[in-house]
Amino acid sequence: MAYFPPSMPAPEPEPVDQEFWAHCAQGHLRFQTCSDCDTPRHPPTPMCPSCHSTKTKWVDPGKTAEVFSYTVIHHASHEAVPSNLPYVVAVVTFPALPGVRLITNITDLPPGDVRIGHSVTLWFDDIGGGMQVPRFRPVGAA
Amino acid sequence: MKSKSRKAHIVGVGESIYTKWGGIQDKTQFQLTAETIATALTDAGIAVAEADGLTSFSNDANDAPLMAVTLGLKQLRYSAMVWGGGGGGSAGSVAQACAAVESGQAEVVVAYRGLCQGQGRRFGRFGAGRIHGNFVHPYGLFAPAQMLALLVQRYFHETGGDPDSLVEIALNGRANANRNPRAVMRDRELTREQYFASRWIAEPLRLFDCCLETDGAAAVVVTTAERAADLDADSVEVAAAVHGSGPGWGSGPLGSHNMPDEDYATSNSKLLAQDLFNRADMTPSDINVAQFYDHFSGLVLMALEDYGFCGRGEAPDFVKSGAIRADGSLPINTSGGQLSEAYVHGMNLVIEGVRQLRGVSTTQIADAQTCLVTGGLGVSPTSALILTR
Ligand SMILES: [Zn+2]
Repeated sequence: MAYFPPSMPAPEPEPVDQEFWAHCAQGHLRFQTCSDCDTPRHPPTPMCPSCHSTKTKWVDPGKTAEVFSYTVIHHASHEAVPSNLPYVVAVVTFPALPGVRLITNITDLPPGDVRIGHSVTLWFDDIGGGMQVPRFRPVGAA
Repeated sequence: MKSKSRKAHIVGVGESIYTKWGGIQDKTQFQLTAETIATALTDAGIAVAEADGLTSFSNDANDAPLMAVTLGLKQLRYSAMVWGGGGGGSAGSVAQACAAVESGQAEVVVAYRGLCQGQGRRFGRFGAGRIHGNFVHPYGLFAPAQMLALLVQRYFHETGGDPDSLVEIALNGRANANRNPRAVMRDRELTREQYFASRWIAEPLRLFDCCLETDGAAAVVVTTAERAADLDADSVEVAAAVHGSGPGWGSGPLGSHNMPDEDYATSNSKLLAQDLFNRADMTPSDINVAQFYDHFSGLVLMALEDYGFCGRGEAPDFVKSGAIRADGSLPINTSGGQLSEAYVHGMNLVIEGVRQLRGVSTTQIADAQTCLVTGGLGVSPTSALILTR
């Protein structure tokens, strides 16, 4: 069972981000990084903002992230989410890859317990259609 | 030096009635906007057909070339729109109008916004096609309230500020709206107890921390000092008007969330504010009254700091001291703002700024000589202007 119901909007890969989602579909989180100067960037863009190279590689940020900010959402702004309320949307950072942030969900904890600075672990949510979405749960949670 | 004779002035304002979203069904959004532009030009004492420029922002659906033919303009010399969604470009659309008249590209430019959310999309809900939608929608991050709540949460974490201070922004807006017959919330009082009893939308934002959803239209007429001097209208000088962004914002809170660390929990206004005050040759202490874009209360706290009215982390205590109230050192959002007057993506805030300097606000600040008005906060681009007389 996916975390959200099937009516939840799924990623619709575009030329600029299709490689990010192709990695996710394989169960791998990878961030676009400049091949020339090693600066990572997210969301993907066609050019390195530091050196303007268009050459890229895809780098593993590790499975551990840290909560940079979060909100507990109580109001449904889409028909798919009422059964999930309240749910946690977080911005996470990666100790092993400074310079990128990812928006995600923190699952497997009471929403009121999430805090900035918490360590969380990556899991992939199979949402069907050959796509998986990266979400996180507290380190040590099932 | 700019020639003083072409210095931009606002010479007319127009507003439709404001209603709760879906309240205007007897005419189209486009008709409402056209009528409001005509009202603004009439207020200025300028024949409608004499306008020669039109500006707006946020992909305004009220197409300027179609507006020009509807209004019977004799010639269109300037039409432009500020990039970006929501209200980031509200003051920016006025900045474009100023640039057009000061550079001589046009003589009479109307900056306008029409928004009937019962007829089109509701900005507070899921919208397909959002830039970077792939990186927010699959996680249930759909609405600006949710997106900007992430900045507000981080702000309180970094500064140690008191989240309960947000109530002051909401109560100030409502108290001012209760004096304003145009305000959608004119008859609805709000108490501290009601605020804290209201439901969470996206923590740390409660219902009363979020702007209204309304129908309405608003427009302002910009022309040169020289032309303004020939009119009977009570004109107000635009001392400076700017729009722009700090580095790295892009879709910012509405998508990427990859702004620089030191800029994440801000209103994206620090560089903009420096430019604004420099161009106006003023400092924050010169500002008598301000209209901050209050889509969400927490961004007003950040903006008070980013515009230099208090230091980093001091805004919660500043608002708790009563400084932003009508009798405080920096009264803000004197019409009730977007929390309690109406949500016209910030154009109604520009009009309230004009009213303050004309001396006709329903929460009039005695002898107001300067007013700061900001565009949508915490987005890119954002914008601001300073009115003076
Ligand atoms: Zn590079």
